[in-house]
Amino acid sequence: MYSEVVMDHFKKPRNVGEMKDPDGVGEIGNPVCGDMMNIYIKVKDGIIQDISFQTFGCGAAIAVSSMLTEMAKGKTIEEAKKITNKSVAEALKGLPKNKLHCSNLGADALQLAIRNYEDKKAGKVRVKLPMEDVHTHTEGDLCKCPYCSGDVDQGLEFCSNCGREISDTH
Amino acid sequence: MKVTNLDYISANPLLPEVRDAMIEAIKKDYGNPSSAHSLGDEARNILEKARERVALLINSPSPDDIVFTSSGTESINHAIKGVAFANAKKGKHIITSNIEHNSVLKSLRRLTKSGYRVTSVEVDKNGLVDPANVHKAITDQTILISIMHGNNEIGTIQPIKELCCIAREKNVLFHSDCVTSVGIMPVDVQELGIDLISFSANQFNGPSGVGGLYIRKGVNLWPLIDGGGQENGRRAGTENLIGIIGMGVAAEFAHQEMQSRLSHMKKLKNRLITGLKEKIDDIIINGHPELSLPNLVSLSVKYIEGESIVLMLDEEKIIVSTRSACASGSLRASHVLLSIDLDYADAQGTLVITFGKATTEDEIDRFINVLKNVVATLRDMSPLYKKSNT
Repeated sequence: MYSEVVMDHFKKPRNVGEMKDPDGVGEIGNPVCGDMMNIYIKVKDGIIQDISFQTFGCGAAIAVSSMLTEMAKGKTIEEAKKITNKSVAEALKGLPKNKLHCSNLGADALQLAIRNYEDKKAGKVRVKLPMEDVHTHTEGDLCKCPYCSGDVDQGLEFCSNCGREISDTH
Repeated sequence: MKVTNLDYISANPLLPEVRDAMIEAIKKDYGNPSSAHSLGDEARNILEKARERVALLINSPSPDDIVFTSSGTESINHAIKGVAFANAKKGKHIITSNIEHNSVLKSLRRLTKSGYRVTSVEVDKNGLVDPANVHKAITDQTILISIMHGNNEIGTIQPIKELCCIAREKNVLFHSDCVTSVGIMPVDVQELGIDLISFSANQFNGPSGVGGLYIRKGVNLWPLIDGGGQENGRRAGTENLIGIIGMGVAAEFAHQEMQSRLSHMKKLKNRLITGLKEKIDDIIINGHPELSLPNLVSLSVKYIEGESIVLMLDEEKIIVSTRSACASGSLRASHVLLSIDLDYADAQGTLVITFGKATTEDEIDRFINVLKNVVATLRDMSPLYKKSNT
């Protein structure tokens, strides 16, 4: 089901754990969807010196978190802002289509952590952002049917391409 | 290291005797049981022998009441749609429960597109249907009640005999999805007083791709598959003779060894539940504490997700199944687990552990010990674990 790179990161996840006194924290997801991720960053001279994660989720979600931390570590904030869910999935040599949406939230969590860091630095106190504000679909604007990979409109019970039943909470 | 299979519900290993009988049958090159010549006679005889063995397993009054199908799913589709179509003039109302298998749910959902009405009764926290609710749901339009015997996710066994009584009183047909129970625990169609049951060979060490449907004499239902006159005109298509032979042998052994297998599985189940409770914190054993399948344990591990657990156990050569949304094709949390009021996060961390005749106590112990480590590793990673402990 998963690529070798995914399984490697799942079996030996890098940078696991909560961070003491982080400069920025990004939390995303909820257990209804199946996945939750926390990303912690430590920033010095505009560079992400340390990063760690905590994840509740499937194999893909854990591998995504681990890969993301490796990709972001040592990068400048500006470079890290360019990391997308898509680039994480590519670095993992692909994810199953039906996992691209729900489990591939690592970059979103990182962006939240960066925003949290920048807000703190600017002395702003911002209420937690709802997930929808930062969530971007990996491939274009639409979700994909887990069966035929066709585009799926929000709120449909059946895939309009293949007629098969899909989750209404995808 | 040998693989520890605790996912019998996905596919039982074939009994060696079943495998031998099937290989023999392949070598023998049987004819078509419907042919009039001698090659056909031979095939027909062996087909009917298998039917007798299956009839004995469920105490069917006659082997003729058994129809061989391609799967439990086909049997269920046949029973539900067959009764619905045959009785449409009488009424278009069907009663079911909230925790049925998808083959029941989706058959019924499709019927609702053709004007049928479905009432689904709730279950309690242990997954039990209250017969009084079924009684209340019956109208003069009701033609069928379909409620499963042993639940495939939480193991809870419904009071089928009592429910059949209610149905008979009201002159409504009763079907039960007995896929998880036939061949595992005693299922006696005469004692239950039931009209239709569906079952599958791969749940009792027979091959996949063969199922059975018991149809009580006098019950009207349309065929699902039209064509030749096979299976007394109830199911067209040349029979899967090799598979059916395997099912017959598996049924015979399940019947003969029923009591010894039951006591073996009960012992394993007790050991498993006791060991899990002793070694792992914050777990839930789902389903009814007594009225439950002897070969199934539904376990929710708090703060972690099921697919991750399955993958990590797989690395240790232990095979189990999960009902987490992530592992299912639809990415939706299990309707059964939500029906017994598990919260979403706990439903996500649910494993279905199933075992059988060949499972040993050592395998159960090894599973518990390995699971303990896997749980610790995943909980260390989980933001939910931290939150719940602060």
